[in-house]
Amino acid sequence: MELTRRKLLAIGASTFAIASITGASAYASLTDDAIAALTGGAEAGEGAITITAPEIAENGNTVPVAVDAPGAVAITLFADGNPTPGVATFKFGPLSASRSAATRIRLATTQNVVAVAKMEDGSFQMAKANVKVTIGGCGG
Amino acid sequence: MNRPQTLTRAIAFAAAACVAAGANAEPDTDQLVVNEEIEMITEAAAPAHTENLSTVYSGWRFRADETQALQMDDFENPAMIFVEAAAEVWSTADGTKGNSCASCHEDVESLRGVRAVYPKWNEAAGEVRTLEMQINDCRENQMGADKWKYTGGDMTNMTALISSVSRGMPVNVAIDGPAQSMWEQGKELYYTRTGQLELSCANCHEDSYGMMIRADHLSQGQINGFPTYRLKNTKLNSVHARFKGCVRDTRAETFKPGSADFVALELYVASRGNGLSVEGPSVRN
Amino acid sequence: MASGVKPRVKVPKTAAAGETITIKTLISHKMESGQRKDSDGNPIPRSIINRFTTEFNGENVVDVALEPAISTNPYFQFDAVVPEAGEFKFTWYDDDGSVYEETKSIKIG
Repeated sequence: MELTRRKLLAIGASTFAIASITGASAYASLTDDAIAALTGGAEAGEGAITITAPEIAENGNTVPVAVDAPGAVAITLFADGNPTPGVATFKFGPLSASRSAATRIRLATTQNVVAVAKMEDGSFQMAKANVKVTIGGCGG
Repeated sequence: MNRPQTLTRAIAFAAAACVAAGANAEPDTDQLVVNEEIEMITEAAAPAHTENLSTVYSGWRFRADETQALQMDDFENPAMIFVEAAAEVWSTADGTKGNSCASCHEDVESLRGVRAVYPKWNEAAGEVRTLEMQINDCRENQMGADKWKYTGGDMTNMTALISSVSRGMPVNVAIDGPAQSMWEQGKELYYTRTGQLELSCANCHEDSYGMMIRADHLSQGQINGFPTYRLKNTKLNSVHARFKGCVRDTRAETFKPGSADFVALELYVASRGNGLSVEGPSVRN
Repeated sequence: MASGVKPRVKVPKTAAAGETITIKTLISHKMESGQRKDSDGNPIPRSIINRFTTEFNGENVVDVALEPAISTNPYFQFDAVVPEAGEFKFTWYDDDGSVYEETKSIKIG
Protein backbone atom coordinates (compact mmCIF):
# COMPACT_ATOMS: atom_id res chain seq x y z
CA MET A 1 0.00 0.00 0.00
CA GLU A 2 1.32 3.41 -0.92
CA LEU A 3 1.60 5.48 2.22
CA THR A 4 0.63 9.04 1.36
CA ARG A 5 0.49 11.87 3.85
CA ARG A 6 -3.27 11.69 3.76
CA LYS A 7 -3.37 8.02 4.59
CA LEU A 8 -0.98 8.68 7.45
CA LEU A 9 -3.35 11.28 8.82
CA ALA A 10 -6.22 8.82 8.62
CA ILE A 11 -4.15 6.11 10.24
CA GLY A 12 -3.06 8.32 13.12
CA ALA A 13 -6.63 9.35 13.72
CA SER A 14 -7.96 5.81 13.71
CA THR A 15 -5.37 4.79 16.28
CA PHE A 16 -6.59 7.55 18.50
CA ALA A 17 -10.20 6.43 18.09
CA ILE A 18 -9.31 2.86 19.02
CA ALA A 19 -7.39 4.01 22.07
CA SER A 20 -10.30 6.14 23.21
CA ILE A 21 -12.80 3.29 23.41
CA THR A 22 -10.89 1.29 25.96
CA GLY A 23 -10.59 3.82 28.78
CA ALA A 24 -12.01 2.97 32.21
CA SER A 25 -14.88 5.00 33.53
CA ALA A 26 -14.06 7.81 35.92
CA TYR A 27 -17.62 8.02 37.18
CA ALA A 28 -18.27 4.39 38.09
CA SER A 29 -18.29 4.98 41.84
CA LEU A 30 -21.15 7.46 41.47
CA THR A 31 -23.18 4.62 40.01
CA ASP A 32 -22.19 2.28 42.85
CA ASP A 33 -23.36 4.94 45.29
CA ALA A 34 -26.63 5.44 43.44
CA ILE A 35 -27.30 1.70 43.34
CA ALA A 36 -26.54 1.40 47.05
CA ALA A 37 -28.99 4.22 47.74
CA LEU A 38 -31.64 2.43 45.70
CA THR A 39 -31.19 -1.02 47.21
CA GLY A 40 -30.36 0.13 50.73
CA GLY A 41 -27.15 -1.82 50.39
CA ALA A 42 -28.94 -5.13 49.76
CA GLU A 43 -27.14 -7.56 47.46
CA ALA A 44 -28.73 -7.66 43.99
CA GLY A 45 -29.23 -11.04 42.33
CA GLU A 46 -28.72 -11.85 38.69
CA GLY A 47 -30.56 -13.89 36.09
CA ALA A 48 -34.12 -12.60 36.35
CA ILE A 49 -33.34 -9.41 34.45
CA THR A 50 -32.01 -8.88 30.96
CA ILE A 51 -30.71 -5.76 29.31
CA THR A 52 -30.38 -5.39 25.56
CA ALA A 53 -28.04 -2.78 24.13
CA PRO A 54 -25.73 -2.62 21.12
CA GLU A 55 -22.18 -3.82 21.64
CA ILE A 56 -20.96 -0.83 19.65
CA ALA A 57 -23.04 2.33 19.42
CA GLU A 58 -22.56 4.29 16.22
CA ASN A 59 -23.41 7.49 18.04
CA GLY A 60 -23.58 7.96 21.80
CA ASN A 61 -26.39 10.51 21.43
CA THR A 62 -29.02 7.92 20.65
CA VAL A 63 -28.39 4.42 21.95
CA PRO A 64 -31.35 2.02 21.96
CA VAL A 65 -31.68 0.11 25.23
CA ALA A 66 -34.31 -2.41 26.33
CA VAL A 67 -34.85 -4.00 29.75
CA ASP A 68 -36.96 -6.95 30.78
CA ALA A 69 -37.45 -8.19 34.35
CA PRO A 70 -40.53 -10.41 34.85
CA GLY A 71 -41.91 -9.83 38.34
CA ALA A 72 -40.35 -6.39 38.77
CA VAL A 73 -42.28 -3.46 40.20
CA ALA A 74 -39.70 -0.95 38.98
CA ILE A 75 -36.54 -0.90 36.90
CA THR A 76 -33.89 1.83 37.15
CA LEU A 77 -31.26 2.38 34.48
CA PHE A 78 -27.83 3.82 35.18
CA ALA A 79 -24.98 4.77 32.86
CA ASP A 80 -21.74 4.44 34.82
CA GLY A 81 -19.61 6.57 32.50
CA ASN A 82 -21.89 9.59 32.30
CA PRO A 83 -21.25 12.69 34.43
CA THR A 84 -24.46 11.86 36.30
CA PRO A 85 -25.32 8.16 36.45
CA GLY A 86 -29.13 8.26 36.47
CA VAL A 87 -30.94 7.52 33.19
CA ALA A 88 -34.55 6.60 33.97
CA THR A 89 -36.81 4.70 36.34
CA PHE A 90 -39.76 2.74 35.03
CA LYS A 91 -42.52 2.00 37.56
CA PHE A 92 -44.98 -0.56 36.32
CA GLY A 93 -48.67 -0.07 37.11
CA PRO A 94 -51.56 -2.55 37.32
CA LEU A 95 -52.21 -2.40 33.57
CA SER A 96 -48.60 -2.99 32.56
CA ALA A 97 -48.56 -6.21 30.56
CA SER A 98 -44.87 -6.97 30.88
CA ARG A 99 -42.13 -5.69 33.11
CA SER A 100 -40.17 -4.51 30.11
CA ALA A 101 -39.52 -1.23 28.34
CA ALA A 102 -37.34 0.24 25.62
CA THR A 103 -35.94 3.73 25.23
CA ARG A 104 -33.04 5.65 23.65
CA ILE A 105 -30.29 7.05 25.83
CA ARG A 106 -27.18 9.22 25.81
CA LEU A 107 -23.82 7.70 26.59
CA ALA A 108 -20.91 10.11 26.94
CA THR A 109 -18.30 7.44 26.36
CA THR A 110 -17.72 3.68 26.37
CA GLN A 111 -19.27 2.39 29.58
CA ASN A 112 -21.67 0.01 31.30
CA VAL A 113 -25.40 0.47 31.22
CA VAL A 114 -26.69 -0.98 34.48
CA ALA A 115 -30.29 -2.01 35.12
CA VAL A 116 -31.51 -2.60 38.66
CA ALA A 117 -34.97 -4.08 39.15
CA LYS A 118 -36.92 -4.00 42.37
CA MET A 119 -38.91 -7.23 42.51
CA GLU A 120 -42.38 -7.82 43.99
CA ASP A 121 -40.84 -9.56 47.02
CA GLY A 122 -38.62 -6.55 47.75
CA SER A 123 -35.42 -8.18 46.46
CA PHE A 124 -33.27 -6.69 43.71
CA GLN A 125 -31.93 -7.96 40.42
CA MET A 126 -29.16 -6.40 38.40
CA ALA A 127 -27.75 -6.71 34.88
CA LYS A 128 -25.03 -4.85 33.00
CA ALA A 129 -24.28 -4.29 29.35
CA ASN A 130 -21.04 -2.80 28.12
CA VAL A 131 -21.53 -0.41 25.22
CA LYS A 132 -18.58 0.83 23.21
CA VAL A 133 -19.25 4.35 22.03
CA THR A 134 -17.36 5.36 18.92
CA ILE A 135 -16.18 8.93 18.92
CA GLY A 136 -14.94 10.80 15.94
CA GLY A 137 -15.47 10.64 12.25
CA CYS A 138 -16.88 13.53 10.34
CA GLY A 139 -18.26 16.43 12.32
CA GLY A 140 -20.09 17.51 9.18
CA MET B 1 17.52 10.38 17.15
CA ASN B 2 14.19 11.94 16.56
CA ARG B 3 12.03 10.10 19.05
CA PRO B 4 8.60 11.63 18.34
CA GLN B 5 8.96 10.77 14.70
CA THR B 6 9.88 7.19 15.53
CA LEU B 7 6.89 6.95 17.80
CA THR B 8 4.62 8.32 15.13
CA ARG B 9 5.97 5.76 12.70
CA ALA B 10 5.45 2.96 15.19
CA ILE B 11 1.86 3.99 15.77
CA ALA B 12 1.24 4.38 12.09
CA PHE B 13 2.68 0.94 11.45
CA ALA B 14 0.59 -0.65 14.17
CA ALA B 15 -2.52 1.03 12.87
CA ALA B 16 -1.93 0.13 9.25
CA ALA B 17 -3.37 -3.30 9.94
CA CYS B 18 -6.51 -1.72 11.33
CA VAL B 19 -6.96 0.43 8.27
CA ALA B 20 -6.37 -2.54 6.03
CA ALA B 21 -9.15 -4.32 7.91
CA GLY B 22 -11.27 -1.21 7.47
CA ALA B 23 -10.71 -1.35 3.76
CA ASN B 24 -12.66 -4.58 3.71
CA ALA B 25 -15.58 -3.07 5.56
CA GLU B 26 -17.72 -2.91 2.47
CA PRO B 27 -21.37 -1.88 2.64
CA ASP B 28 -23.43 -4.57 4.33
CA THR B 29 -25.98 -6.71 2.53
CA ASP B 30 -29.10 -5.67 4.48
CA GLN B 31 -32.31 -4.89 2.65
CA LEU B 32 -34.19 -1.68 3.39
CA VAL B 33 -37.97 -1.97 3.50
CA VAL B 34 -39.78 0.90 5.19
CA ASN B 35 -43.04 0.20 7.04
CA GLU B 36 -42.90 -3.35 5.63
CA GLU B 37 -44.14 -1.70 2.46
CA ILE B 38 -41.70 0.57 0.62
CA GLU B 39 -38.88 -1.49 -0.89
CA MET B 40 -35.83 0.69 -1.32
CA ILE B 41 -33.13 0.22 -3.92
CA THR B 42 -29.96 0.72 -1.89
CA GLU B 43 -27.58 -0.73 -4.50
CA ALA B 44 -27.61 -0.10 -8.22
CA ALA B 45 -25.33 -0.20 -11.21
CA ALA B 46 -23.54 3.13 -11.33
CA PRO B 47 -24.91 5.53 -13.95
CA ALA B 48 -22.69 5.76 -17.04
CA HIS B 49 -21.67 9.32 -16.13
CA THR B 50 -20.28 8.13 -12.78
CA GLU B 51 -17.09 6.89 -14.39
CA ASN B 52 -15.12 5.75 -11.38
CA LEU B 53 -17.72 3.62 -9.60
CA SER B 54 -19.23 0.38 -10.81
CA THR B 55 -21.93 0.19 -8.12
CA VAL B 56 -23.65 2.93 -6.17
CA TYR B 57 -24.82 2.32 -2.60
CA SER B 58 -27.15 4.24 -0.34
CA GLY B 59 -25.53 5.56 2.83
CA TRP B 60 -28.00 3.36 4.74
CA ARG B 61 -25.89 0.33 3.81
CA PHE B 62 -22.89 1.74 5.69
CA ARG B 63 -24.68 2.25 8.97
CA ALA B 64 -24.90 -0.01 12.02
CA ASP B 65 -27.97 -2.23 12.44
CA GLU B 66 -29.39 -0.06 15.24
CA THR B 67 -29.18 3.07 13.10
CA GLN B 68 -30.62 1.23 10.10
CA ALA B 69 -33.60 0.04 12.16
CA LEU B 70 -34.61 3.62 12.94
CA GLN B 71 -35.39 4.21 9.27
CA MET B 72 -37.39 1.02 8.72
CA ASP B 73 -40.53 2.20 10.48
CA ASP B 74 -42.05 5.66 10.34
CA PHE B 75 -42.80 5.59 14.03
CA GLU B 76 -39.21 4.72 14.92
CA ASN B 77 -37.89 7.41 12.56
CA PRO B 78 -37.57 10.63 14.58
CA ALA B 79 -37.54 12.63 11.32
CA MET B 80 -41.23 11.92 10.92
CA ILE B 81 -42.04 14.34 13.75
CA PHE B 82 -40.73 17.07 11.48
CA VAL B 83 -42.65 15.72 8.51
CA GLU B 84 -45.82 15.97 10.61
CA ALA B 85 -44.91 19.52 11.58
CA ALA B 86 -44.48 20.38 7.88
CA ALA B 87 -47.84 18.77 7.05
CA GLU B 88 -49.49 21.35 9.31
CA VAL B 89 -47.56 24.17 7.64
CA TRP B 90 -48.55 22.75 4.22
CA SER B 91 -52.19 23.66 4.76
CA THR B 92 -51.61 26.88 6.73
CA ALA B 93 -52.02 30.10 4.72
CA ASP B 94 -49.09 32.51 4.86
CA GLY B 95 -48.24 35.79 3.10
CA THR B 96 -50.22 38.56 1.48
CA LYS B 97 -52.10 36.36 -0.97
CA GLY B 98 -53.72 34.18 1.65
CA ASN B 99 -52.43 30.99 0.07
CA SER B 100 -51.01 27.85 1.59
CA CYS B 101 -49.13 25.11 -0.27
CA ALA B 102 -52.44 23.23 -0.34
CA SER B 103 -54.17 26.10 -2.15
CA CYS B 104 -52.33 25.15 -5.34
CA HIS B 105 -51.08 21.61 -4.74
CA GLU B 106 -53.99 20.23 -2.67
CA ASP B 107 -52.69 17.02 -1.13
CA VAL B 108 -48.91 16.70 -0.78
CA GLU B 109 -49.27 13.34 -2.55
CA SER B 110 -49.75 15.38 -5.73
CA LEU B 111 -46.01 16.10 -5.52
CA ARG B 112 -45.08 12.42 -5.64
CA GLY B 113 -42.09 12.14 -7.96
CA VAL B 114 -40.87 15.70 -7.48
CA ARG B 115 -38.02 14.92 -5.08
CA ALA B 116 -36.71 12.27 -7.47
CA VAL B 117 -36.00 14.75 -10.29
CA TYR B 118 -34.61 17.73 -8.35
CA PRO B 119 -32.38 19.70 -8.81
CA LYS B 120 -34.07 20.46 -12.13
CA TRP B 121 -33.77 22.98 -14.95
CA ASN B 122 -36.50 25.61 -14.79
CA GLU B 123 -37.12 26.92 -18.29
CA ALA B 124 -39.01 30.08 -17.33
CA ALA B 125 -36.39 31.13 -14.81
CA GLY B 126 -33.49 29.96 -16.95
CA GLU B 127 -31.76 28.27 -14.02
CA VAL B 128 -31.26 24.95 -12.28
CA ARG B 129 -33.40 24.91 -9.19
CA THR B 130 -33.15 22.87 -6.03
CA LEU B 131 -36.29 21.91 -4.15
CA GLU B 132 -35.50 24.64 -1.63
CA MET B 133 -35.27 27.28 -4.40
CA GLN B 134 -38.60 26.14 -5.82
CA ILE B 135 -40.25 26.26 -2.39
CA ASN B 136 -39.00 29.81 -1.86
CA ASP B 137 -40.18 30.77 -5.35
CA CYS B 138 -43.65 29.50 -4.39
CA ARG B 139 -43.52 31.40 -1.11
CA GLU B 140 -42.49 34.69 -2.73
CA ASN B 141 -44.57 34.62 -5.89
CA GLN B 142 -47.57 32.40 -5.20
CA MET B 143 -48.07 33.21 -1.54
CA GLY B 144 -46.58 36.69 -1.12
CA ALA B 145 -44.69 35.34 1.86
CA ASP B 146 -41.14 35.85 3.07
CA LYS B 147 -38.52 33.41 1.85
CA TRP B 148 -37.43 30.78 4.30
CA LYS B 149 -33.78 30.53 5.34
CA TYR B 150 -32.19 28.02 2.96
CA THR B 151 -31.18 25.54 5.66
CA GLY B 152 -33.70 26.66 8.30
CA GLY B 153 -36.05 24.34 10.16
CA ASP B 154 -39.21 25.29 8.25
CA MET B 155 -37.47 24.74 4.93
CA THR B 156 -35.84 21.44 5.82
CA ASN B 157 -39.07 20.12 7.35
CA MET B 158 -40.94 20.98 4.13
CA THR B 159 -38.36 19.27 1.93
CA ALA B 160 -38.70 16.22 4.21
CA LEU B 161 -42.49 16.20 3.73
CA ILE B 162 -42.17 16.55 -0.05
CA SER B 163 -39.46 13.90 -0.17
CA SER B 164 -41.47 11.48 1.98
CA VAL B 165 -44.17 11.05 -0.68
CA SER B 166 -41.54 10.05 -3.28
CA ARG B 167 -39.90 7.40 -1.13
CA GLY B 168 -39.07 4.27 -3.08
CA MET B 169 -38.98 6.03 -6.44
CA PRO B 170 -35.61 6.00 -8.21
CA VAL B 171 -33.61 9.22 -8.23
CA ASN B 172 -33.58 10.43 -11.82
CA VAL B 173 -32.12 13.90 -12.22
CA ALA B 174 -31.53 15.15 -15.75
CA ILE B 175 -27.97 16.21 -16.52
CA ASP B 176 -28.21 16.93 -20.22
CA GLY B 177 -29.58 19.86 -22.21
CA PRO B 178 -29.64 23.17 -20.39
CA ALA B 179 -28.61 21.56 -17.08
CA GLN B 180 -25.37 20.24 -18.52
CA SER B 181 -23.14 23.23 -17.87
CA MET B 182 -24.26 23.39 -14.24
CA TRP B 183 -23.63 19.65 -13.95
CA GLU B 184 -20.10 20.05 -15.37
CA GLN B 185 -19.47 22.80 -12.84
CA GLY B 186 -20.63 20.50 -10.04
CA LYS B 187 -18.43 17.71 -11.30
CA GLU B 188 -15.41 19.96 -11.31
CA LEU B 189 -16.13 20.99 -7.75
CA TYR B 190 -16.51 17.33 -6.73
CA TYR B 191 -12.98 16.58 -7.87
CA THR B 192 -11.38 19.82 -6.62
CA ARG B 193 -9.32 19.52 -3.46
CA THR B 194 -10.17 22.14 -0.86
CA GLY B 195 -8.85 23.31 2.48
CA GLN B 196 -5.71 22.74 4.47
CA LEU B 197 -6.28 19.00 4.25
CA GLU B 198 -6.50 19.25 0.45
CA LEU B 199 -9.38 16.84 0.19
CA SER B 200 -11.92 16.65 -2.59
CA CYS B 201 -15.31 14.99 -2.26
CA ALA B 202 -13.89 12.14 -4.33
CA ASN B 203 -10.95 11.46 -2.00
CA CYS B 204 -13.30 10.27 0.72
CA HIS B 205 -16.50 9.24 -1.03
CA GLU B 206 -15.16 7.73 -4.23
CA ASP B 207 -11.60 6.59 -3.45
CA SER B 208 -12.15 5.53 0.16
CA TYR B 209 -15.79 4.59 0.75
CA GLY B 210 -16.10 1.51 2.92
CA MET B 211 -13.01 2.48 4.93
CA MET B 212 -13.04 3.95 8.40
CA ILE B 213 -12.38 7.66 8.85
CA ARG B 214 -11.55 7.67 12.53
CA ALA B 215 -14.51 5.78 13.98
CA ASP B 216 -16.86 6.47 11.09
CA HIS B 217 -17.69 4.11 8.24
CA LEU B 218 -17.27 6.19 5.07
CA SER B 219 -20.18 6.06 2.64
CA GLN B 220 -20.27 7.11 -0.98
CA GLY B 221 -21.77 10.42 0.10
CA GLN B 222 -24.98 9.76 -1.79
CA ILE B 223 -27.76 12.27 -1.14
CA ASN B 224 -30.81 10.14 -1.98
CA GLY B 225 -31.63 10.02 1.74
CA PHE B 226 -31.77 13.78 2.31
CA PRO B 227 -32.95 15.50 4.32
CA THR B 228 -31.55 13.18 6.94
CA TYR B 229 -32.06 12.94 10.67
CA ARG B 230 -28.59 12.64 12.17
CA LEU B 231 -28.10 11.02 15.56
CA LYS B 232 -25.14 13.34 16.00
CA ASN B 233 -27.21 16.53 16.13
CA THR B 234 -30.68 14.98 16.55
CA LYS B 235 -32.28 17.10 13.87
CA LEU B 236 -33.03 17.11 10.17
CA ASN B 237 -30.06 18.10 8.03
CA SER B 238 -30.34 19.52 4.53
CA VAL B 239 -28.03 18.63 1.66
CA HIS B 240 -26.31 22.00 1.60
CA ALA B 241 -25.82 22.03 5.37
CA ARG B 242 -24.09 18.66 5.01
CA PHE B 243 -21.95 19.88 2.11
CA LYS B 244 -20.95 22.84 4.24
CA GLY B 245 -19.93 20.51 7.07
CA CYS B 246 -17.87 18.36 4.71
CA VAL B 247 -16.05 21.31 3.14
CA ARG B 248 -15.43 22.82 6.57
CA ASP B 249 -13.92 19.51 7.67
CA THR B 250 -11.32 19.87 4.91
CA ARG B 251 -10.45 23.06 6.80
CA ALA B 252 -11.61 25.31 4.00
CA GLU B 253 -13.77 28.40 3.85
CA THR B 254 -17.02 26.82 2.74
CA PHE B 255 -19.45 27.83 0.05
CA LYS B 256 -22.75 29.27 1.18
CA PRO B 257 -25.86 27.07 1.36
CA GLY B 258 -28.03 28.02 -1.60
CA SER B 259 -25.04 29.36 -3.58
CA ALA B 260 -24.62 28.50 -7.26
CA ASP B 261 -21.58 26.38 -6.33
CA PHE B 262 -23.58 24.17 -3.97
CA VAL B 263 -26.55 23.99 -6.37
CA ALA B 264 -24.16 22.72 -9.03
CA LEU B 265 -22.60 20.27 -6.58
CA GLU B 266 -26.04 19.04 -5.50
CA LEU B 267 -27.04 18.42 -9.12
CA TYR B 268 -23.84 16.49 -9.74
CA VAL B 269 -23.94 14.45 -6.52
CA ALA B 270 -27.65 13.70 -6.97
CA SER B 271 -26.91 12.42 -10.49
CA ARG B 272 -24.30 10.02 -9.10
CA GLY B 273 -27.16 8.37 -7.24
CA ASN B 274 -29.52 8.07 -10.21
CA GLY B 275 -31.15 4.67 -9.79
CA LEU B 276 -31.09 4.61 -5.98
CA SER B 277 -34.42 5.11 -4.23
CA VAL B 278 -35.48 8.40 -2.74
CA GLU B 279 -35.20 7.69 1.00
CA GLY B 280 -35.61 11.10 2.59
CA PRO B 281 -36.11 11.64 5.38
CA SER B 282 -33.52 9.01 6.24
CA VAL B 283 -31.66 8.36 9.51
CA ARG B 284 -27.87 8.49 9.66
CA ASN B 285 -25.28 8.73 12.43
CA MET C 1 -43.58 25.89 27.29
CA ALA C 2 -40.62 24.78 25.24
CA SER C 3 -41.20 25.55 21.57
CA GLY C 4 -42.13 22.98 18.96
CA VAL C 5 -43.03 20.20 21.40
CA LYS C 6 -45.12 17.63 19.59
CA PRO C 7 -46.13 14.21 20.95
CA ARG C 8 -46.65 11.09 18.83
CA VAL C 9 -48.07 7.82 20.08
CA LYS C 10 -48.74 4.51 18.37
CA VAL C 11 -51.59 2.44 19.78
CA PRO C 12 -53.63 -0.17 17.90
CA LYS C 13 -57.20 0.95 17.17
CA THR C 14 -58.72 -2.31 18.38
CA ALA C 15 -57.79 -5.18 20.71
CA ALA C 16 -59.41 -8.27 22.20
CA ALA C 17 -60.52 -7.91 25.84
CA GLY C 18 -57.54 -8.76 28.04
CA GLU C 19 -55.10 -8.61 25.14
CA THR C 20 -51.54 -7.33 25.52
CA ILE C 21 -50.65 -4.51 23.15
CA THR C 22 -47.37 -2.71 22.48
CA ILE C 23 -47.36 1.05 22.76
CA LYS C 24 -44.71 3.37 21.33
CA THR C 25 -44.38 7.05 22.19
CA LEU C 26 -42.14 9.83 20.95
CA ILE C 27 -42.18 13.52 21.79
CA SER C 28 -40.12 16.23 20.13
CA HIS C 29 -38.05 17.87 22.86
CA LYS C 30 -34.46 19.07 23.04
CA MET C 31 -33.81 17.44 26.43
CA GLU C 32 -31.15 20.04 27.23
CA SER C 33 -28.93 18.13 29.64
CA GLY C 34 -27.44 20.97 31.68
CA GLN C 35 -23.98 19.59 30.81
CA ARG C 36 -23.42 21.75 27.73
CA LYS C 37 -21.95 25.21 27.40
CA ASP C 38 -22.89 27.93 24.94
CA SER C 39 -20.40 29.63 22.60
CA ASP C 40 -19.43 32.07 25.38
CA GLY C 41 -18.60 29.22 27.73
CA ASN C 42 -21.62 29.71 29.98
CA PRO C 43 -23.48 26.56 31.06
CA ILE C 44 -26.79 26.05 29.27
CA PRO C 45 -29.37 25.36 31.99
CA ARG C 46 -31.02 21.95 32.13
CA SER C 47 -34.44 21.81 30.47
CA ILE C 48 -35.86 18.32 30.09
CA ILE C 49 -39.04 16.32 30.30
CA ASN C 50 -38.66 14.75 33.74
CA ARG C 51 -41.68 12.45 33.93
CA PHE C 52 -43.87 10.49 31.55
CA THR C 53 -46.99 8.57 32.50
CA THR C 54 -49.52 6.39 30.72
CA GLU C 55 -52.95 5.58 32.11
CA PHE C 56 -55.83 3.56 30.74
CA ASN C 57 -59.29 4.55 31.98
CA GLY C 58 -57.62 6.16 34.98
CA GLU C 59 -55.44 3.16 35.90
CA ASN C 60 -51.66 3.37 35.64
CA VAL C 61 -49.69 1.49 33.01
CA VAL C 62 -46.22 3.01 33.43
CA ASP C 63 -44.77 5.95 35.30
CA VAL C 64 -41.30 6.90 34.09
CA ALA C 65 -38.83 9.27 35.74
CA LEU C 66 -36.48 10.74 33.11
CA GLU C 67 -32.96 12.03 33.70
CA PRO C 68 -30.89 14.14 31.27
CA ALA C 69 -29.37 10.94 29.85
CA ILE C 70 -32.57 10.29 27.91
CA SER C 71 -31.98 11.23 24.26
CA THR C 72 -33.41 14.21 22.45
CA ASN C 73 -36.97 13.45 21.30
CA PRO C 74 -37.65 10.90 24.09
CA TYR C 75 -38.87 7.51 22.88
CA PHE C 76 -40.53 4.78 24.94
CA GLN C 77 -41.90 1.38 24.11
CA PHE C 78 -43.81 -0.79 26.59
CA ASP C 79 -46.71 -3.25 26.86
CA ALA C 80 -50.20 -2.68 28.25
CA VAL C 81 -53.17 -4.91 29.01
CA VAL C 82 -56.47 -3.74 27.56
CA PRO C 83 -59.25 -5.06 29.85
CA GLU C 84 -62.06 -3.16 28.14
CA ALA C 85 -62.73 -0.43 25.60
CA GLY C 86 -61.52 2.95 26.72
CA GLU C 87 -58.94 5.64 26.46
CA PHE C 88 -55.19 5.79 26.95
CA LYS C 89 -53.92 9.04 28.37
CA PHE C 90 -50.27 9.96 27.89
CA THR C 91 -48.73 12.81 29.88
CA TRP C 92 -45.28 14.38 29.64
CA TYR C 93 -44.07 16.78 32.37
CA ASP C 94 -41.55 19.47 31.41
CA ASP C 95 -38.98 21.03 33.80
CA ASP C 96 -40.55 24.41 32.98
CA GLY C 97 -43.91 23.32 34.39
CA SER C 98 -45.53 22.64 31.02
CA VAL C 99 -47.61 19.48 30.70
CA TYR C 100 -48.17 17.85 27.31
CA GLU C 101 -51.05 15.41 26.88
CA GLU C 102 -52.22 13.02 24.22
CA THR C 103 -55.09 10.55 24.26
CA LYS C 104 -55.90 7.50 22.14
CA SER C 105 -59.10 5.48 22.34
CA ILE C 106 -59.18 1.77 21.69
CA LYS C 107 -62.13 -0.47 20.86
CA ILE C 108 -62.73 -4.10 21.72
CA GLY C 109 -63.15 -6.08 18.55
